[in-house]
Amino acid sequence: MPRALWTHLVKDLRIELRSLDAFVSMLFFSLLVVVLFSIAFDPHGDFSRDIAGGVLSVATMFASVSALNQAWAREIRHNVIDAQRMAPTPGAELFLAKVIANFLFVTIVQVILAPFFLIFYNLHIEGQAWLLAVVLPLGTWALVGNGIFFAALSIRTRNRELLLSLILFPIFIPALLAMVRATTSILTGDGDPTLWIKLLLGYDIIFTTTSLLLFDVVFHAE
Amino acid sequence: MKKAAIALYVLITIALMIWGYYQAIYGAPTDAMQGELFRIIFYHVPSASVAFSFFGVSLAGSIAYLGFRRNHADWAQVSDAWALAAAEVGVVFCTVVLITGPIWGRRAWGIWWTWDARLTTTLVLWLIYVSYLLLRRFAAGPQMQTYAAVLGIFGALDVPIVYMSNRWWRTQHPAPVFGGSEGSGMDPSMVPAFLWNMLAWFCWGFLILGIRYYVERQHQKIAENEALEALNA
Repeated sequence: MPRALWTHLVKDLRIELRSLDAFVSMLFFSLLVVVLFSIAFDPHGDFSRDIAGGVLSVATMFASVSALNQAWAREIRHNVIDAQRMAPTPGAELFLAKVIANFLFVTIVQVILAPFFLIFYNLHIEGQAWLLAVVLPLGTWALVGNGIFFAALSIRTRNRELLLSLILFPIFIPALLAMVRATTSILTGDGDPTLWIKLLLGYDIIFTTTSLLLFDVVFHAE
Repeated sequence: MKKAAIALYVLITIALMIWGYYQAIYGAPTDAMQGELFRIIFYHVPSASVAFSFFGVSLAGSIAYLGFRRNHADWAQVSDAWALAAAEVGVVFCTVVLITGPIWGRRAWGIWWTWDARLTTTLVLWLIYVSYLLLRRFAAGPQMQTYAAVLGIFGALDVPIVYMSNRWWRTQHPAPVFGGSEGSGMDPSMVPAFLWNMLAWFCWGFLILGIRYYVERQHQKIAENEALEALNA
């Protein structure tokens, strides 16, 4: 693994481990979304299986925005971000390190959230449950990859926290659709999620590659 | 000379719009199956064509800006002005598409809206370009142009994926009228009205695009002069 990537990754993980800022806010927020949705829709029986995939994906999406906003904002203190800009290492490594770190945070939140989710929505999975271990990471990667990129883009703008959601969500729509469709078809056992998994994989490859290529342009924009 | 050419273009465009309206409302015969309702195609399809072409122009401007921004500052500014103008005018035409579509759908399908491939793609495209315009509003300084160009490229990459994903999901929009499968195509008596409207709306679109581009160039020049004056003061 490239040295700069490793350094950034360890640094981000250590900061998060000591403060747990992003993690706690994400976990509580997604729990709130799950509870609010179950109060709003009163899910039971087949209906809860039909909407569960959508609720889980949307809860992840809203919750991860809070972590994405902090990802670069915490580098502004003490002008760390300027030091990172001047460092003679490729920006792509910094970008990838941030994506991996935040991907881990969101994934851990999902793993903790899953039991609550199954309890509140009275779910039992009809399809192949192990496929969820493919769908959710792919969807999370799509969200976090684009999210870190657009957070770097909006960090130096007015209303940056709002702007991140405004530009991230439209671009994320096809991945969200694929994530929801695949999760729902696994939960209900109807239909084949393979096509949607392929779409997610394609989305991840296209946008991760583009982000890696364009990250330096955004990061060094002056 | 230049002014005369522009005035001539404006006159021709206005004449084409009037002639196109006449053709669409009185010239073309009433549709055998849809009755008068089908006439909305003379506005819906040209607006969609103009919107999609202009989003293409905006993408080209974004790519050109990123290419020129280091070595050819002037060209980069020109590209950026095209990208912005095309995105703005494109959003307006796209809005027309999204308004005329449901009006037709309500009568023909009985519903205002459906999450079909083309409808969703158009809506997502509209959302992406509105977010592009918001980014331009919220970001400041010279970085803004770079950010906008990058977002323009991301948005354009998203469109084919949205389209494919929705095709797999569900499709209700009528099969393409032109170049579609068997049984598609317009009655020959309606084609002239359609082509006239296509021409008229494209001329109109380019007129607005040109004006918006000119305004943006003036903005850039004013900003440049202000920056120079601040330096010299």
